[in-house]
Amino acid sequence: MPGLFIDVTIAPEIAKDAAIARKLEEVCPVGIFAADDGGVKIVEENLDECTLCDLCLDATPKGSIEVTKLYES
Amino acid sequence: MRFYEYESKALFRKHRLPLGESRVVRSADEARSAFEAIGGPVVLKSQVLSGGRMKAGAVKFADDADEAAAHFESILPIVIGGESARSVLVEKKSPVAQEYFVAITWDGRAKRPVLVFSDMGGIDIEEVAETHPDHVSKTHFSSILPLSPYIAKEAIGATGVSGTALNKLTPVVFELMKIFLDYDLTLAEINPLARLEDGSFIVLDGHIDMEAEARGGHKALLDELGIGEEETRQARPPTDFEIAGARVNAVDHRGVAGNVVEFDGNLGLVIGAGGGSLTLFDAVRKHGGKPANYCEIGGNPSVNKAKELTKLILSKPGVEKIAVMMNVVSNTRVDIVARGVVKGCIESGKDPAKTIAIFRIPGAWEDEGFKILRKYGVEYCDRSVSMYDAAGRAVAKLS
Repeated sequence: MPGLFIDVTIAPEIAKDAAIARKLEEVCPVGIFAADDGGVKIVEENLDECTLCDLCLDATPKGSIEVTKLYES
Repeated sequence: MRFYEYESKALFRKHRLPLGESRVVRSADEARSAFEAIGGPVVLKSQVLSGGRMKAGAVKFADDADEAAAHFESILPIVIGGESARSVLVEKKSPVAQEYFVAITWDGRAKRPVLVFSDMGGIDIEEVAETHPDHVSKTHFSSILPLSPYIAKEAIGATGVSGTALNKLTPVVFELMKIFLDYDLTLAEINPLARLEDGSFIVLDGHIDMEAEARGGHKALLDELGIGEEETRQARPPTDFEIAGARVNAVDHRGVAGNVVEFDGNLGLVIGAGGGSLTLFDAVRKHGGKPANYCEIGGNPSVNKAKELTKLILSKPGVEKIAVMMNVVSNTRVDIVARGVVKGCIESGKDPAKTIAIFRIPGAWEDEGFKILRKYGVEYCDRSVSMYDAAGRAVAKLS
């Protein structure tokens, strides 16, 4: 189920990067990212737990992760 | 968390308080054997957590083994305050010359423990305080500074007790004060503490309540007494609603969103923060509202926990609205709770705007939280509205 409040998108160029996938899985405090099959996937049921900590943004090349507050749209 | 009398006495025995010989029995045969082992007249007492055993006929004296067995059979089925007896305590009957009362509890207003002593024990202490105030002393003491027996001695002496009795009572009362502090108790009571005809002193009945949050710190004692983690030891068995609340809270380690207590009103409460729950609950009642529940949220629970708590409260028959209110929060995020309660409403098939009567959680990340509430049309307020007034707004929406 997608998030009601938060959406996260991953740029295709990093989605299959195993090293970034592991890093994202490690830094996210609420388990939104899971390293999977050499890439990263979004754990949808955890999206609304996002604490807006920006650790995922810091762990990846600028612009490759986008966190959207759906309640602002 | 309440202790049964036999558990309280086990703790007292560990601290060398004077006690009569006793056995916990679970059958008539065991009662007979206990009589024979103790030798001589005994008293049989139902082991329940509620009071009023004597009035209910659940305390009886036996002069022989057959009588002890018969009394066991008559006492065990007696239900007191909705509670069935766990077992029966068989204790040697003591020749009492005088009864005293001693209790230590926490005085929330003074923020210190208070020792209450009376030389008129064995009866309702409130009644004694009313009819014979000069026979009751109340003495506050520090929970931080080292304890001294003189505090106990002064408290006892204030009721007119002197001489040998004063000297013999002092170490007993002093030990009870230490037990109260050492085990994080909310109540340590001996009533009656008896002077026997031979001049010695003995604990006839004891009552102990331990702070529920302190259970983890006293696991060794609880294991020793055989008190399992599953035993909540509240004044009544938990309802299905309360059991479900505990499950919600146990889903993950983040924060608290549970500790629900069920009431029969129609306003669901999602409340908490630094005593806020009690204040808000009282405020709702002061405005004429009828809470459907008490609960505690705080410590930054996950969105999922706040959501599941909301769904649980909204699942109660007759609950159409909830009030989400807390004191000013610092370590709980307003936006996280807002997400949880809004999502809980939606997953319950309800419109958050019509279901959340008021959202009053000021503090960390409140601007972000208010954005969410605006999006869903939920009425909210910041710290400029008191908890009391917020409760009034919620109650007004029900009428």
